[in-house]
Amino acid sequence: MTIELKNLTKRFGDLTAVDQVNFDVGDGEVLCLLGPSGCGKTTTLRMIAGLEYATEGDVILQGKRVNELAPRDRNVAMSFQFYALYPSLSVADNLAFPLHAEGLSASEIDARVKKISDTLQLGGILKRTPGQLAEGEKQRVAVGRSIIRDPMCFLFDEPLSRLDVQLREEMRGEIKEVLQDLSRPTVIVTHDQLEALTMADRIAVMRDGRVEQVDTPHNVFQRPTNLFVAGFIGTPQMNLLPATFTESKGDGIAQFAVQGGQSMTIQVDRRIEELSPGTNVTLGIRPRNLEISRESAEDGISTVIDMVEPMGAETLIHLNDGHQDLRLVTDWRIPHAEGDKVHTRFPPHATHVFTEDEQVLRTQ
Amino acid sequence: MARRYREIGKAGWGYTLITSIVGLIYFSPVLWIILTAFKTRTDALAVPPKLFFTPTLENFTSVFYRSSITTGTSQSTDMALYFFNSIFIAGTSVGLALIVGTLAAYAFSRYPLRGNDTYLFIILTTRMMPPIVVIIPIFLMFRLSGLAGSYWGIILLYTAFNIPFSVWLVKSFFDELNPEIEDAARMDGASESRVFFKFCIPQILAGLSATFVFGLILTWNEFLFALLLTGVETRTVPVAMARTLGGEVGVDYGLLAAIVTLFLLPIFFVTFLLQNQLLRGVTFGTVKK
Repeated sequence: MTIELKNLTKRFGDLTAVDQVNFDVGDGEVLCLLGPSGCGKTTTLRMIAGLEYATEGDVILQGKRVNELAPRDRNVAMSFQFYALYPSLSVADNLAFPLHAEGLSASEIDARVKKISDTLQLGGILKRTPGQLAEGEKQRVAVGRSIIRDPMCFLFDEPLSRLDVQLREEMRGEIKEVLQDLSRPTVIVTHDQLEALTMADRIAVMRDGRVEQVDTPHNVFQRPTNLFVAGFIGTPQMNLLPATFTESKGDGIAQFAVQGGQSMTIQVDRRIEELSPGTNVTLGIRPRNLEISRESAEDGISTVIDMVEPMGAETLIHLNDGHQDLRLVTDWRIPHAEGDKVHTRFPPHATHVFTEDEQVLRTQ
Repeated sequence: MARRYREIGKAGWGYTLITSIVGLIYFSPVLWIILTAFKTRTDALAVPPKLFFTPTLENFTSVFYRSSITTGTSQSTDMALYFFNSIFIAGTSVGLALIVGTLAAYAFSRYPLRGNDTYLFIILTTRMMPPIVVIIPIFLMFRLSGLAGSYWGIILLYTAFNIPFSVWLVKSFFDELNPEIEDAARMDGASESRVFFKFCIPQILAGLSATFVFGLILTWNEFLFALLLTGVETRTVPVAMARTLGGEVGVDYGLLAAIVTLFLLPIFFVTFLLQNQLLRGVTFGTVKK
């Protein structure tokens, strides 16, 4: 069982909400659509569900094009951001509702409701109405209602966005567990990268209606294909420095001049040799990869500590050299004071180079 | 000096007293009418007005039965019919307007047309001019089409007058709903009509009640069109009331007050029945979900 999107496009008047989206989700695979709000991820999900019609392109479920099918004929289950529980029905009736359309017998429906309420620990609240439930319980009922049928695939729209931090972590694990048992293709929409990184088998990062990168959480984090993905994934955000490539010294070792005149020689991807000296690039390095040293070094720039933010196990240090800001995360045990003059070091292969068209320079 | 803040739900006696006085001032005309309805003719016309008197039901009897001056026998007035007319005409037309208005409002809310707001505005324009402006063309139309004096004529007219109001009000209730619930029902196999009847309507029952009561009050008291477009058989209470003003023996204030008192009862009753719904209806959307 699979979900396949081919050049899927949605236009509302002049606005292109979803632009030529392509991806596929395999059996048992969890794909997260991740992106800032308004990037078209929910619209994409709604097109898979059949709640929006595609302007162009195809939605293919189990090898069959379903563009013209009504939502109820697609055999897709969806859980909504605001839970969308039926306010006038009890929890048990909410759970049972999708089964009525399947034409199951009353005893069969009861058995299924019992099974789901056991799995999700809803036994105590079956007789209540949605208005009497806590947020976490509502979320559980919503998940229960979407998995009670045996649909072809599952769609989740921002499943955890309305829960508080603790509950969110708990539900994240629970949903992950449930999804593993179901082994159906699943698409989860989220704007929370932690949610995506922890729950997804693969992540599709979206911006302005386009898919910027589809890859495993590890690769999206370690091997971003463009500047947007690099800047969007990871907290604290990746340091992005405009620089000019000045000289290649072979084996990927290259010299860059950053704004303000400082220059550094660091080892990056070998494809740097394709560029001609004088080309403008953007260098990207994660705050956890950046190193700090008291002695001056060739592979970094000199800066002053602007601000020190303790984050518990680690300390976030803001650096500034008068032209650019850098963020750096170090162990909390190393003491640093605001105003200290320090040197940064860019370890070999930790820096990503992005060309002017925002694409990464990387050997495959 | 530190100021003490009042706990919510615990207003002092002083505030309650002020509110009662204001409430009494508002209610005094109604109270006056009700009191007059129980007064004899002499008491009703007494100067200064009497607050304490021996109540009588005479006026209420004479609403329905009156002794003829010439023969002295008691004969029934047509007031019962007029009360039926008022209830039937107002109830049917407001009900019809609510049904049509709800369907239209759902369409306006969920399937907006190009220039949706323009259409909504156009619908409302019929309520912008004073009714007296259109009374002559409407009267002529009713004469020509034979609708004048018939139940259907006045019902259709009131329905048409109530629809804009219903559309606007009910649309605002639909707009407040979370459309995800409808989408969820669609995904769960519900047809469009099931989505509408089983999931949308139950959520706005309070709003529908409020719309119904407001429409009912407006229609119930309508006088101008009723005067011109109803016949002997279809006359409503406000028209009948006006006719008692010109009775053979001067204005019978006691009788008039009795009619008004009876006339208030159905509206009181409906409002009382729906008061919980009504409160929720008028505060709909003002509280964060």
